[in-house]
Amino acid sequence: MTGAAIIERIVARFGLKEGSFESDAEAKDPWIRLPWDQLLAAAEFLKGDGDLAFDTLHCVSGVDWPGDDPPAIEVVYHLTSLTKKHWIVLKVRVERAGASLPTLETVWKAANWHEREVYDLFGVRFEGHSDLRRILLPSDWPGHPLLRDWEWPETWHKIPVKAGRQMTDRAESGQMTGVGPFD
Amino acid sequence: MDLIGALGKSLGRDNVALTTVSAVVNWARLSAIWPMTFGLACCAIEMMATGASRFDWDRLGLIPRATPRQSDCMIVAGTVTHKMAIRIKTLYDQMPEPKYVISMGSCANNGGPYWQYGYHVVKGVDQIIPVDIYVPGCPPRPEALLYGIMALQDRIREKSLLDDPREGRQPATGPQLAESAG
Repeated sequence: MTGAAIIERIVARFGLKEGSFESDAEAKDPWIRLPWDQLLAAAEFLKGDGDLAFDTLHCVSGVDWPGDDPPAIEVVYHLTSLTKKHWIVLKVRVERAGASLPTLETVWKAANWHEREVYDLFGVRFEGHSDLRRILLPSDWPGHPLLRDWEWPETWHKIPVKAGRQMTDRAESGQMTGVGPFD
Repeated sequence: MDLIGALGKSLGRDNVALTTVSAVVNWARLSAIWPMTFGLACCAIEMMATGASRFDWDRLGLIPRATPRQSDCMIVAGTVTHKMAIRIKTLYDQMPEPKYVISMGSCANNGGPYWQYGYHVVKGVDQIIPVDIYVPGCPPRPEALLYGIMALQDRIREKSLLDDPREGRQPATGPQLAESAG
């Protein structure tokens, strides 16, 4: 199916009104932006429908839009059907403060780790997730670093987090810091 | 003249060898630098190449050990994230003296490409453990690492047995064993 046909199926199935969704069927990866409360139903429909058969969730990404009105976090799902050889991108926007979405782990098992990553870096809570812990950063890391207004800590467990001048200082004081043929 | 040459010469003449204890101990230490099997990123691939047949660091006496308790040298080959930094500090603390650290590649030297925006990367492994040799490169070629190992051997050769191996080390700023919970 073409991107336009897939988008049409989704719009028809959920009776989406003009203006309640956005889409671009001409993009290289055709996408549709749904109201967030339709997300779980749309995911189940995309996987379960025999003509769509989206069996693969490639990735879940987060996008921070702090300057928008209202400030939003967008979560992007890249889907592919390996049997039907077509693909679509689902986007949803949630309110930035206390962002929360239903988990898609029940639809695609692969969502488990991807959602943990979005939680780790953007702080989006996925309701119903079986194991919503940080996946990359240490468990006691302060905040969610891919948020635009995240502030760097000075230190973490006494280790400086910000870049200092230590290498420059040593080089300027004449200390040899490199060893090798390219020094 | 190196130790073996001196030994051979005096043994050949009158079957008596005279040397210093330091020279013998240093010779033993620098001829069997056992590094810890420990790689963090793409530098580790070059480190493996250094250990494989073409470059073969075994000819310098390097045999990778799978435990810090049997290791003399830690080659920090790759990007040191904050999460890993605590593990590195723990492993370093578990190594017996005398112990040496080779910082391999730009990431371990000073954060490399993560210098400015890498919130998750320690800006140089020398922020948490003292480093003896820095090998530049991204990643360094096996020749560069071998050069770094030979530079470390030169450093060991200069040591005296009476020296405290901890002397002159930069104090580590990282967490201590008891508090590395993260």
